[in-house]
Amino acid sequence: MKNDPKTYITAYCSISGGKVYKDDKLIFKEDTPDETADFLLSVYKSFSIDYPKFYKMDNLSKLGFLAAELLLGGRQIAEEYGPERIGVVFSNASSSLDADLKYFETVKNIPSPALFVYTLPNIVIGEVSIRHRCKGENGFFIRDRFDTDWMQFYVQDLFDRGRVESCICGWVECLEAHYHAAVYLVESCPGEKALPFNSKHIHQIYETDNGEING
Amino acid sequence: MRSPVFIAGAGIISAIGNDIAGNLAALESEAAGMGEMQFLRSVHRHKLPVAEVKMNNAALAERAGMSADIGRAALLSAVAAKEALRNAAIDNLSTWRTGFISANTIGGMDKTEDFFKDFLHHPHQGRLRNLVHHECGAVTELVADQLGIKNYISTISTACSSSANAIFFAARLIRQGMLDIVVAGGTDALTRFTLNGFNTLMIVDQQFCQPFDENRRGLNLGEGAGYIVLVSEKVARTLLHQPVCTLSGYCNANDAYHQTASSPDGTGSYLAMKGALEQSGLRPGDIDYINLHGTGTNNNDIAEGTAIKMLFEGYYPPMSSTKSFTGHTLGASGGIEAVFAMLSIQHGLIYPNLRLETPMKELPFMPEKQFRKGVPVRHVLSNSFGFGGNCSSLIFSKI
Amino acid sequence: MADLKQQIIAQLSLKDLKPEDIGDDQPLFVEGLGLDSIDALELIVLLQQVYKIKLANAEEGQHVFRSVRTMAQYIMEHQPGTAS
Repeated sequence: MKNDPKTYITAYCSISGGKVYKDDKLIFKEDTPDETADFLLSVYKSFSIDYPKFYKMDNLSKLGFLAAELLLGGRQIAEEYGPERIGVVFSNASSSLDADLKYFETVKNIPSPALFVYTLPNIVIGEVSIRHRCKGENGFFIRDRFDTDWMQFYVQDLFDRGRVESCICGWVECLEAHYHAAVYLVESCPGEKALPFNSKHIHQIYETDNGEING
Repeated sequence: MRSPVFIAGAGIISAIGNDIAGNLAALESEAAGMGEMQFLRSVHRHKLPVAEVKMNNAALAERAGMSADIGRAALLSAVAAKEALRNAAIDNLSTWRTGFISANTIGGMDKTEDFFKDFLHHPHQGRLRNLVHHECGAVTELVADQLGIKNYISTISTACSSSANAIFFAARLIRQGMLDIVVAGGTDALTRFTLNGFNTLMIVDQQFCQPFDENRRGLNLGEGAGYIVLVSEKVARTLLHQPVCTLSGYCNANDAYHQTASSPDGTGSYLAMKGALEQSGLRPGDIDYINLHGTGTNNNDIAEGTAIKMLFEGYYPPMSSTKSFTGHTLGASGGIEAVFAMLSIQHGLIYPNLRLETPMKELPFMPEKQFRKGVPVRHVLSNSFGFGGNCSSLIFSKI
Repeated sequence: MADLKQQIIAQLSLKDLKPEDIGDDQPLFVEGLGLDSIDALELIVLLQQVYKIKLANAEEGQHVFRSVRTMAQYIMEHQPGTAS
């Protein structure tokens, strides 16, 4: 794979196994193992995030939303770059199966429109885009495991072709008790702690917490 | 100059025909594909018309050369993708680097529905992960095996714009020199899951849909598959038949407004169309036909119409929603409509927007009402917009 | 109406709100509580589930769901077994 030094990972966030890391620091750890929904809610509360729509999201969207929220840490990237210059590219293995199952349970009674809305994996991209006003290119790839070479190639190409100037990317996987987000921000100007944007660093972020490797 | 990506062939199966010839005949005779469901079992049978492919799974399996135990979406996919490769007539496919990029929104949901029932009764059988691999990803992989494509296989799921996205990813891989030939598009089969879901959103029309009509009531769900064969310049030179067109522009943008609803001014649609025009180096006035996303829902048509009004002010090209024939085939729609775009250029066709009675009062233009042929069509714009705010536009240009 | 408010909060996952935060005549959509089209559909489910009232289409909902008061009135008038 091509290794273009003009792009950098300027921040990253990973959430899995009851822990949240921002860059290389552990910023949240649950005391006792919780249900996925309860854990995500405690993360939301502990960082005093004020976004009532959070409660309506399915677990996959909550996970992606929190990862993006903590990743950006209050940065208004839409103002820095312009909404059309920010892309969002995610990947996972289980698509929206977590929401599909929950929706299916309601079908026995009266199907819930609010749950049906989340039975597509890319709704998490929609939620992140609405929150941070990202209107650039977005893509969602379903893979058995996190294909870091592909993600590097795909996002680098968006930069090379001038399609985006900033991109929120990564792995956002959620199925019942298992959840794992490894999300990072790619930009073309190096910040203080920026890592060159390459497959090796993406893999490191994915492994930050020694989370279970999907596959 | 960027090197162009050529469209060497196409394949399609939809409610109006089982191949290109069948679809062309139905478009010309203005025969819509909706009706009372024959194959899907649902409580909505007598209430909600659907646009089903007129073959049962056994017949599809025979045509695809696959087992009838495989989900319907995979069977539809194989039928259309095989036609696409035959249509492209590439010699020695195996000597090139080939890819298959297919979109679907439901995976093997028709099979999955049965699984869910078992699973909800015995949630600890531990087959859930198998299900994902076996059903969702498998749709693409099973078909790639059938086609003899090995180098690159990918599944894309960005709702109703999925297969348009599959097509431009394919173009990128060819431009990057990573692959020589890619079969790209999408497939989706009708399922109770999607029918019930769209019905709870109250956007399913109980009559035949009327896209871009003032009195539109919603969409009809459909099923099918559509693929085009994208090739590099090097491959194009070896082809028996001259390719019909190139993919000259594409753009994807996010509406960033609501999970399912489009913004009132169609920001995402506008950005996608504008971006595709810029990439192709064309002006709005160069477009000879727009294949609308045109689902027939109140929200889509006004958002898309408003975006077109803004971008095409002063010159409104002929346009229509072929979903008035095929229903909304979700993950397959971008692929099916890309095939229609290619055929439009190849045969000089403008398709009608069926059942249009009263033009929308907010719009200064109205879609085509009659089938026309022998029209010089050089550039076609095809729109595909999906839930999650995902908006894509493709431009096909005559060679 | 307090019960209805509690049901609305539960159905729509408005976890930051308490029943007393919703005014009887406060508009539920847009400038009021800020509910959206999916919330409207969930309110239709609520009517069906709790009150066995079936709304024919989303347009009817626009009038019914103007405020908690209009919703309560509609329920009074349409509940099966209630004299009207």
